[in-house]
Amino acid sequence: MNWTRRRVLTSTAAATGGLILSPAVLRYTALGAENPILVGSLHDQSGPLGTSGQPMVLSVQLAVEELNAAGGLLGRPLKIVSYDPQSNIQLYTQYAQQLALKDKVAVVHGGITSASREAIRPIFDRFKVLYFYNTLYEGGVCDRNEFCLGTTPAQTVQKLVPDAMSKSGKKAYIIAADYNYGQITAKWMTKYCQDNGGTVLSTEFFPLDVTNFGPTISKIQQAKPDLILSALVGGNHTAFYRQWTAAGMKSQIPIASTTFGLVNEPSTLDAKESEGIMGAYGFFEELTTPASKAYVDKMHEKYGKDIPYISELACATYEGVHIWAEAVKKAGSIDRMKMIEALETGISFAGPSGQVTIDKPTHHAVRSAYLAVVKDKKWSVTGSYPDQKPLDTAAVCDLVKNPTDNQQYVIKI
Amino acid sequence: MDLVAIIGLNVLSGIASLVLISLGLAIIFGMMRIINLAHGEFLMLGAYATVVSTNLGVNVWIAMLVVSPIFVGLVGLLIERTLIRFLYGRLVDTMLATWGLSLFIVGLITTIFGNTIKGVPTPLGGFQVGAYRSDLYTLVLAFVALALLVAVVVVMRFTRFGLIARATMQNPNMASALGVNPTRIYMLTFGIGAAVTGLAGGLLAPVSGVSPTMGSAFIAKAFITVVGGGASILAGTASAAMLFGFINQLGSYFTTPVFGEVILLVAATVLIRILPEGITGRFFKGSL
Repeated sequence: MNWTRRRVLTSTAAATGGLILSPAVLRYTALGAENPILVGSLHDQSGPLGTSGQPMVLSVQLAVEELNAAGGLLGRPLKIVSYDPQSNIQLYTQYAQQLALKDKVAVVHGGITSASREAIRPIFDRFKVLYFYNTLYEGGVCDRNEFCLGTTPAQTVQKLVPDAMSKSGKKAYIIAADYNYGQITAKWMTKYCQDNGGTVLSTEFFPLDVTNFGPTISKIQQAKPDLILSALVGGNHTAFYRQWTAAGMKSQIPIASTTFGLVNEPSTLDAKESEGIMGAYGFFEELTTPASKAYVDKMHEKYGKDIPYISELACATYEGVHIWAEAVKKAGSIDRMKMIEALETGISFAGPSGQVTIDKPTHHAVRSAYLAVVKDKKWSVTGSYPDQKPLDTAAVCDLVKNPTDNQQYVIKI
Repeated sequence: MDLVAIIGLNVLSGIASLVLISLGLAIIFGMMRIINLAHGEFLMLGAYATVVSTNLGVNVWIAMLVVSPIFVGLVGLLIERTLIRFLYGRLVDTMLATWGLSLFIVGLITTIFGNTIKGVPTPLGGFQVGAYRSDLYTLVLAFVALALLVAVVVVMRFTRFGLIARATMQNPNMASALGVNPTRIYMLTFGIGAAVTGLAGGLLAPVSGVSPTMGSAFIAKAFITVVGGGASILAGTASAAMLFGFINQLGSYFTTPVFGEVILLVAATVLIRILPEGITGRFFKGSL
């Protein structure tokens, strides 16, 4: 810190003024803090993605409250600057610029869909603001300024596909949403299916506004697969699970999905429509480890029982804020490069999902993955895989060798 | 052979859902010349009426066939009295007003129910066709669509109300001179259109995810069907629904769902190019 003459004068003046003027300011200066450290939060709290975003914002709040209760960071309190982009990409870019230029935050935790991430990532690169993306996604982003805390296909799909195949059979039929998440995830499903000696009979993509799955259900019956792999997304695609059950196919061919549950399907669908569907994520609200229970209880205690389902998105966000705080402690500064270097030392945090460690070459997280199956409208966890590496991204991205690399790689199959 | 039967069922379900989602619009747009951009939201309200009343313990059939149309019909009457009646004859203004209305309804429902997906399980079960399985609910949809079409014929052709409504739509001033109150007829017609849309929404609730924004998935198809059908509400809607339902379902089956949608839109564009007045501008001219 440079103690210029002006600075000394202003802080002395402020301190004197504070002493005279108000007990609140007195307390503030007594903490020894000049300004709080600003933490940016950019998550949808309204619109179609609102139910996913709300618990993420609450997780940022919970983590920041915990850090403040422990005395803040570097002797300064933390303060959240939160915006709601309303599931609108244009608002994402506007608020990202505001966070970077006007609010001058130390870090931004934000973005839910891959589209929103790709919209704001260049902005934070350009204005040199450290960026955390805490969502499960299709993998492959290679950017030294960004840290991805969510699971990627190598951590979840790789476990889910062989597990589901061992329970049903080797012939799979893939149905997926028709945008980059679905397209790329379908490729990973194909790869892991083939790696385990299975075959993919057909892959079909659905625009997000398709509600009638009749022709597809007939085609699936004609192909006679042993297993359905689903990466369907959103409200309209929920219709598939209804129509599948109504046609009486539910009991005949099992379904494994990488997306089922992201808009809380287990509780909104009827029990007979969701029973037995298999899924894999980095976190489930139903986990029973002491750390996961403590986190879920704290969320419910502070923000009420009625908050939306606490999925991997919320948990990874909570862990993201804590890992960032560990880095600030280690770096002893909020300078962006010093924090990146601290994060690259393989920093880790024991979170609700287990041990989470930053992988230096990819800036992704080494973390636990869990398999679960829907039972009576809730997830029942059937398997846990600690310390899973983001191997998909590691195959294409090495930020140690190419620190200036800045793109999203897509797998070729 | 089983496969032909099962594809036939899919086509039937495609046609039935197009008839259901567009008949209410045909009544409001085709007869009254009001471009109702809140049509999708009327469907959504119907679906919510079914979901909410089923959760309150109402029998699912009563919820779909009675609660939904009555509720949305009443909402329609309210909207006609407070908004639409000031805008008769002003095509562009009705568009803007109903677009605003659709945003308002989506916002209101999101505030009340949140944006999670709701729904009711599909009633009835499946049945076997040779090596294939399909669901009985498809047949219900087809039956209700047919019954609705018949009901429209009966009401329009054989009742006093139908006669007066047709006369009023053709020439409100003349009808007024003969002692009819056009305001009342407009109000009732709008309410009936809304009720039919509400019924469709209720019937679609068990086969789709019910969320505040679900209307947008249906509105384009409803307009395509009505515009493609042309001036006659009944013959137009029925023939356009058959044509587009057939094209869409077969297209989806033989290619992919993406191309199914594309083929539907291309077919609609070509149709409008060849028959600018819609199907009933050339065929079944002057029919109901």
